[in-house]
Amino acid sequence: MSSVALRLRDVELSRGARRVLAGVSFEVRRGELVTLMGPSGAGKTSVLRVVAGLDVFQSGSVAVEELTLSGGAHAPAVLRSLQRKVGMVFQFHHLFEHLSAIKNVWLAPVHAHGVPLRQAERRARELLAALGVGERASALPRELSGGEAQRVAIARALAVDPPLLLLDEPTASLDASRRAELGDLLRSLLDEGRTLVVATHDAEFVRGCATRVLRVSEGRVFEES
Amino acid sequence: MNCVRAVANLLALLAMGAAPSKSASSLPSGEFRWAGDPEGGAPFVEADPSNPERLIGFDVEIAELIARSLGLKTRFVNITFTSIDQSIERGDADIGLGGIEDTPARRAAMATTVPYYRFREVLSVRDADAMRFRALEDLRGRRVGTLGGTIAYDILLRGEREFGIRAVSYDDDVHPYSDLAIGRLDAVLLDHVLAERRQRSIPGFTILPQSIAVSHYVGVLAPRNRALRDEVNEILRGAMRDGTLEKIFRKWGVWNDDQAALYASVLAGETVPPVSGLEAADLASPLSGWEATRRYLPSLVRAAAVTIVLSCLAMGLAVALGISIASGRVYGGKLVRGLLTGYVELMRGTPLLLQLFVLYYGIAEVIRLPAFAAALLGLALNYAAYESEIYRGALEAVPAGQLEAARLLGLRERQVLTLVRGPQAFRLALAPMTNDFVALLKDSSLVSVLTVMELTKQTQIFATNIGSWVIPGLLCAALYLAMSLPLAALARRLERRWKAATA
Repeated sequence: MSSVALRLRDVELSRGARRVLAGVSFEVRRGELVTLMGPSGAGKTSVLRVVAGLDVFQSGSVAVEELTLSGGAHAPAVLRSLQRKVGMVFQFHHLFEHLSAIKNVWLAPVHAHGVPLRQAERRARELLAALGVGERASALPRELSGGEAQRVAIARALAVDPPLLLLDEPTASLDASRRAELGDLLRSLLDEGRTLVVATHDAEFVRGCATRVLRVSEGRVFEES
Repeated sequence: MNCVRAVANLLALLAMGAAPSKSASSLPSGEFRWAGDPEGGAPFVEADPSNPERLIGFDVEIAELIARSLGLKTRFVNITFTSIDQSIERGDADIGLGGIEDTPARRAAMATTVPYYRFREVLSVRDADAMRFRALEDLRGRRVGTLGGTIAYDILLRGEREFGIRAVSYDDDVHPYSDLAIGRLDAVLLDHVLAERRQRSIPGFTILPQSIAVSHYVGVLAPRNRALRDEVNEILRGAMRDGTLEKIFRKWGVWNDDQAALYASVLAGETVPPVSGLEAADLASPLSGWEATRRYLPSLVRAAAVTIVLSCLAMGLAVALGISIASGRVYGGKLVRGLLTGYVELMRGTPLLLQLFVLYYGIAEVIRLPAFAAALLGLALNYAAYESEIYRGALEAVPAGQLEAARLLGLRERQVLTLVRGPQAFRLALAPMTNDFVALLKDSSLVSVLTVMELTKQTQIFATNIGSWVIPGLLCAALYLAMSLPLAALARRLERRWKAATA
């Protein structure tokens, strides 16, 4: 098995006339926590969305583990096999508003991955407890604070056990002490052998936990010197 | 002291106002306003086919005859046949003419003129049935149609009780005969004047020679207008004596020996019974409010049951169709989207009444839908268009981010719809859906045009028979509220439960 978890080569993405990604290339090795740093609008979120198969890029290639996608639209089956390898925590969480925290976590394991309900529920409870929101299992998303919602969203992404986890602006809804807790949490995920890519513009947070920093500027990605 | 005098003056004024015995010379505006329903058609009142601005018919000529004799000009007031008494009572016109039946109830509640035409209630059956159906008792279990709120309808209601026939009420006198011809009815009971007229345009039916009952056409005036009524009676008697009426009826091809006998009785000052050939007790003789309510309440409750069953079934179908249409418009290809959009715009942009007519009468040559099925389908197809717009809006209101999150977790598109998007959309749609259901409950009154006896129609018949809308209107409103209020309460409870849901 290769030691590279994610590789982008010359990825170009345009939305209408606007060029969002202008030839992005970088690699992430297994077990790394790589942060994408840069100002708003630089293209950080777009990089994550391309990796997750949410945006159709026009040219170049994206490889997650052994699966390589080239530019252009792909069949739903291909996108699904990519998405099985990638988990994503959105900046605004996007929890399912009609379901309790714990149902948000076990919905996909049960319905998309065929895990028996009892087993999925136990695992969901463990994840929520490990993330410090065990007592909030039966709360609806609108009853959660920003930090709690984010932890539930992380638990939901981890429940399907993706090799690669993407986080978009994870500190945006957190105060200073919560930020430190999130840093500890990400390091513990790293210790479990996961690979993480974190888009953020929070330099202080990055210093605490990143194994490597990439700079995003005007649709390009550079290695931090 | 002053105060007492003022009250006394006021009472005197009111007393004068309450009994203004109006005669022709006191008619305001120097016009003789007469009311009729041109939908009734020839030979009573109809728009001249060669000049639709002009009215023709024997009742038009009788109105002109009366006005001329009073030295006034006629002015026509268009009023629906079934509400002519109430309209005259209100003062919308001075007299109602146009095939108005001479009934004991009308004689008691209104000022009616002397009868000026005698008609026979006759049964019409398809030519092939002329040998086996000779009278009402031969029609057990068969559908027999007529115009609602008429003597003929009362006779059919009695036939339901005595011979087990099934009475079907129509709003006009054309569709009973066309439905007889295509087999939706087995017989029609109506005035011989109408039957003979329809026989000329709709072939295939026979008028049975035996008449079921005999009654007359009269003019109807408000009870406070007795003086004017007496003047009109004098004019009519004069026209009977000098042959003017005979000339008019001969011109319209409806003169017969019955009329000569009627005129002889009227001119001799004999009492002419309103209806003969039936025991008078069977007809809607004047009832007290309570007695009428007691007698009509069971049929109102039955009609309310029809309304609620029809509305529930139609709403169920509309919801199922609406979900399909909305899904097609959100997920479908260009062609599917275009077709469904066209459907929605067509159903929303044309009147429900028109759609019901097309479904029941318009396509009857191709598909002969039973009345209830046509009503159910018409309401469901129409409301499906509105429901689909609610669901489409609700589906599109579920944040796209949640859908992306669901897909990224490995859910298939169908699962995204059923597990994430659908349940949230349904909650958003619940309030407007409840609203639509209450609207449908009330719109279901339109299906009475397809002969379905629902609550509003039954109320109208009740009101026509007792000559007042007060009690029937209150009862009808109470029944509609009894159906719609629990529904609104249920919807509120569901909404609350979902809002409070924690699991």
